[in-house]
Amino acid sequence: MMLSRTANNLFWLARYMERAEATARLIEMGQRMALLPGPKESNEWRSVMMAAGAVDAVDGDKAVSEARVVKTLLLSADNPTSVRYCMERARANARAVRTSLTQQQWETLNDGWRRFEKMTTSEARKNLGDHLDWVKTRTATFRGATEGFMLRNDRYDFLHLGGYIERANMTLRLLDVKYYVLLPETEVVGGGRDHYQWRSILLALSGHRAYHHNYAGDYSPWKITDFLVLSPRFPRSLKFCYGGIRLHLDRLAEHYGERHECCKTADEMLERLNTKDLGEIFQSGLHEFIMGAIGTTYRLSDEISDAYHF
Amino acid sequence: MGDPAGPRRPYRNVARWIEKTGIDLLNMRREEAEAIFRRIGITFAVYGEGGDPERLIPFDMIPRIFSAAEWRRVSAGVKQRARALNAFLYDIYHRGEIIRAGIIPEHLIYQNEAFLPEMVGVEPPGRVYSHIVGVDIVRTDAEDFLVLEDNCRTPSGVSYMLENREIMMRMFPELFARSNVAPVDTYPDELKKSLAEVAPPACKGDPCIALLTPGPFNSAYYEHSYLADLMGIELVEPGDLFVDEGKVWMRTTRGPQRLDVIYRRIDDDYIDPLAFRSDSMLGVQGLFNAYRAGNVTLCSAPGAGIADDKAIYIFVPDMVRFYLGEEPILKNVQTWRCALDDDRAYVLDNLKDLVVKEVHGSGGYGMLVGPKATKEERRVYAERIKADPDNFIAQPTLNLSTSPTLGEEGLSGRHVDFRPYCLVGADTRLVPGGLTRVALTKGSLVVNSSQGGGVKDTWVLSE
Repeated sequence: MMLSRTANNLFWLARYMERAEATARLIEMGQRMALLPGPKESNEWRSVMMAAGAVDAVDGDKAVSEARVVKTLLLSADNPTSVRYCMERARANARAVRTSLTQQQWETLNDGWRRFEKMTTSEARKNLGDHLDWVKTRTATFRGATEGFMLRNDRYDFLHLGGYIERANMTLRLLDVKYYVLLPETEVVGGGRDHYQWRSILLALSGHRAYHHNYAGDYSPWKITDFLVLSPRFPRSLKFCYGGIRLHLDRLAEHYGERHECCKTADEMLERLNTKDLGEIFQSGLHEFIMGAIGTTYRLSDEISDAYHF
Repeated sequence: MGDPAGPRRPYRNVARWIEKTGIDLLNMRREEAEAIFRRIGITFAVYGEGGDPERLIPFDMIPRIFSAAEWRRVSAGVKQRARALNAFLYDIYHRGEIIRAGIIPEHLIYQNEAFLPEMVGVEPPGRVYSHIVGVDIVRTDAEDFLVLEDNCRTPSGVSYMLENREIMMRMFPELFARSNVAPVDTYPDELKKSLAEVAPPACKGDPCIALLTPGPFNSAYYEHSYLADLMGIELVEPGDLFVDEGKVWMRTTRGPQRLDVIYRRIDDDYIDPLAFRSDSMLGVQGLFNAYRAGNVTLCSAPGAGIADDKAIYIFVPDMVRFYLGEEPILKNVQTWRCALDDDRAYVLDNLKDLVVKEVHGSGGYGMLVGPKATKEERRVYAERIKADPDNFIAQPTLNLSTSPTLGEEGLSGRHVDFRPYCLVGADTRLVPGGLTRVALTKGSLVVNSSQGGGVKDTWVLSE
């Protein structure tokens, strides 16, 4: 048992940390892709902005510059997916529930939280790699402090629920932006371009090495989709995230002696992921499937809030 | 320091250690300490000053030290004072014997803004109103400790007592191994015990206790969360609470949970918009009625603030005699009340030698330090006194004791004051230590953290 506000703060603290990391990895992917000799018209920075939900900052079909991305996704004080915004929100949520966190978790969030406050775009671009590394180190340290030292009580569960929901969301958003390159018919486009696009998806989720281990180096839209949606082993796949969500919902249900609507929603989703194979998903439409899953994840988040009064 | 006989006895061990360590290393350690404070997040928000919104209070590494004998005296005096103040509060909200006895003029109580008529006849558990009494003490000579003021509402700063010690032990373990310093880390347990002792009589079993904070934007929020954590109680904001059928409930993930004792760090004005300020966004509707019905205990009780009113302060030694039948162990600083004709005339004639304070002010705001003020400042202040004499008291600028303090060029004496935190439940408890505040500017007498003061660890040596 805990204050409802505490549960809310922990849930969102984890969401913002997860999001900060996801955005940092997205920017990193954009930077890597911009360095590759690829077709310039495909402009990866554009999909980076779209996947980060910064649709307003994208002007029609025009190419998006790195400076624009850094300004919007790293330094912005009011874009809810920018790294700065997420780190500040994570800390603010943590500060409100300091008594629920371990000393090390708090120190990780508090150390250097004002790093991006006064940074200009050109300063940030000069050492972009360092800044992104810093964000990844912060999030990794936080995760380590959580796993290593936090009591396995309901606080731990709310923290993880927030993390998995955000992560599922990110994978789905990326799929939503890129779904067309994963459709089998795009194979006719063939050649370098698709290779390049597929690689960018895996890079954005830091899954390119894991993918190669799993699928022996062969890029294909089927396998990539399988990896991101149905892999039980890849920690950013939809199935893995929902597995985590169900685990923590089950723990809460046991802890509180009561099952809520949210458990049913998670079970149904997991059931779908367990019984469907890729063929069925493609047959009924990959895009439709992704949109459906995004909707379910939003609903699940609301249902968790309702069930635990926050 | 500077005494031909060398450092006073309690300081000798530390003096030897400072000599051995060297000023450079000490200065380096101070930077380390600040980095630790910053990382842990022990900061202090100062209102309306711009700049860093979460500023650090400067920490001085040289401890202020009490011998066992000195502490016995301070401790007995502080407990005595805390008991008298609570007896006074019970009295004025009931029969008012001290007024009938002609010791305190009636209008100073009943026309005092800090007096809450709503509290008349309320019976707080254990007759305790002020559960944490912070007594600000200064020293002017080898013998005497004087009380500068009492804090009966929600005195803050105790987290610094705990953290300063924590930091000192982390940085200078060898010094502690050599000195016999009484521990202060029992404070949270003692506080929790005191709070549990004043649970409503109807509460059976372990009372549910929570600390009520205005929220993360309050300057003392760090302290609120730190204490809640160490006591293992919930840190609640007004939005986490509601009143239903005269009982107070917390909103939790399991639904509503009944609350028995609230250690509130919110001012009277803001606890309940129904009872007090209706424009308050902070309060819990109906909380005061729940309190009056005896369904929840508020620590401190609403209306406890009148006991630390500066107009009442003058009478505390009389309270000790009146309620306890004892002689006060701690003296007051001589104080002139501008409300009295003779006193006012003296104050206006001697402004350049006096410190003048507003009766209801706190935190070092709005005071005049005569010797430091310009002629013009004194003239303007004199007009303020004449316009509203009841609102001012004056005290001599004391020859405050100094304590060795580390500066860029080495050690030098700086003025200090000291605040121990006396706990009142069924028992009166005092942890051996407190908060030493130090004026970091040479010659300055103002130690308030909002005015650029710093803090030190305070040691009470065992025999």
